[in-house]
Amino acid sequence: MKVSIAVNGEATEHDVEPRLLLVQYLRDVVGLTGTNIGCDTSSCGACTVHIDGESVKSCTVLAVQADGASVTTIEGLAAKDGELHPMQAAFQANHGLQCGFCTPGMVMAAVSLIQEGRVTDERSVREGLEGNLCRCTGYHNIVQSVLAAAKAGS
Amino acid sequence: MIPALFDYVRADSADHAIALLTEHGDDAKLLAGGHSLLPLMKLRLATPSVLVDVGRLTDLSYIREDGDQLAIGALTRHHDLEHSDLLGAQAGLLRHAAGQVGDPQVRHRGTIGGSIAHGDPASDLPAVLLALRATLVAQGPSGTREIAVDDFFTGFLETALQPDELLTEIRVPKAPDARWSFQKFNRRAQDWAIVGVACVRNGTTGIGLVNVGSTPLRASAAENAITGGASVADAANVADEGTDPPSDLNASPEYRRHLMKVLVRRALEEAGG
Repeated sequence: MKVSIAVNGEATEHDVEPRLLLVQYLRDVVGLTGTNIGCDTSSCGACTVHIDGESVKSCTVLAVQADGASVTTIEGLAAKDGELHPMQAAFQANHGLQCGFCTPGMVMAAVSLIQEGRVTDERSVREGLEGNLCRCTGYHNIVQSVLAAAKAGS
Repeated sequence: MIPALFDYVRADSADHAIALLTEHGDDAKLLAGGHSLLPLMKLRLATPSVLVDVGRLTDLSYIREDGDQLAIGALTRHHDLEHSDLLGAQAGLLRHAAGQVGDPQVRHRGTIGGSIAHGDPASDLPAVLLALRATLVAQGPSGTREIAVDDFFTGFLETALQPDELLTEIRVPKAPDARWSFQKFNRRAQDWAIVGVACVRNGTTGIGLVNVGSTPLRASAAENAITGGASVADAANVADEGTDPPSDLNASPEYRRHLMKVLVRRALEEAGG
C-alpha cells in the first residue's frame, strides 16, 4: 500500500506492507536511524516521535496509520544550520544523558510535554516522562534538562 | 517484532466499517488507536487476516451533553478525555482515570472505545464505566442498540459486541456533585494496575474493580453493604466477594484479595465515607 508521510518537513512516499511499523518505516525505509527501538512493546519510549506534533511510540503505530500525517523525529528538531533545538541544548548543558540510547525518545517526549503546557514543576516532568525509561537510571539530569528547557521557553 | 500478514482496509464511515465487518466476519478486527491490538499482533497472540481501520472516523470523536447524560464518541482519545472540562464537570472520575491510562504517548493514540471493546480486565476504563453505570451504543447492519455496561463484558477479552458491530458511543450519567475516587495500585508508573478500584458516590454507590478476574468486575457485595447502611470498613471487607483474582509475577490471588479490601476502603473514604 502506498503511503505519503511528511518526515521532518520533507515528503516521503513509499509502497509498504500494511504490517510495517512506523519506526521501521523511519529507520529502514527513510533511513533515519536516530529513532531507536528499545523494548518494542510500547513500554520504554525510545521510539518516541511526533505525529502531527504529538508524541507517540512509533513501535506501536503502523506506517499506514500515519499516511498523510506529518512526522517529526529527533533528526528534525535542530535548525537547518545545525543549531540545536532548545531541548537538545538543555540536555547537553545539563548532562541529561549517559549512554544516550533513551535520549532521542526522551527529548521528543519532553518537547511534546512542553508544547502542551504540561511542565510546571519537577513532579510534572517526572509524571510526564513516565512512558520513557532510562536504563542508566539517569533520571535526575534528564528532569533537570527538561526543567531548564521549560524555563528557557522552548 | 513484526505482526503476521494481514490485509488493511480503511473505513471512511461507520456504515462502511460495518459493511467491511459483515464482509469479513470473524477474520476481521477493528483498528482504532491500535494500542491494545497492535501489541497483541506483534506477539502473534492475535492474527486477524483483515484490519479495518476506523481511526480516521473523526465524527466519532466527541464529548457532548445529551439530556441528563454525557455522550462520548468511541474514537475519543484518552488524551482528549483527560483534558475535557465538560467531562471534569460532569464525570470527574472518568476524566481523572483517563489521565492514568498508560503514559502521555499512549494517551495520544488510545481511544475509549478501543479500550472498552478490547475487554481487558486489567484496563482502567472498563472498571470506571462499571462504577458510573454507563451505557454502550453499538451499531450493526440492522441499526443501533444500547448495552448496559453490566451486560457488556462476557469473558476474557470478550464482549457482547457481535463480529459485525461497531462500538460507537459511551453514555454516562451527568453527575456534577458526585464524589469519586480512583485507586490504581502498581509498582511502576506506567504499569497496569495490580489491582484498581473506581468508586463513585452520588446517592447510590458504584464500585468497579480492575484486574481481579477474567472480566472487569463490579464489587456488588461492597456496594450492597454500603447501600444497606454498613460501615466503610465492613463494606470494604466484602469487596473481594465474587472475584477470581489472577496470579502473576506481580501478585498472588491472596495478595490481590487483600489489596481489594484496602483499596475499596480507601476509595469509599475518599469518595465521602
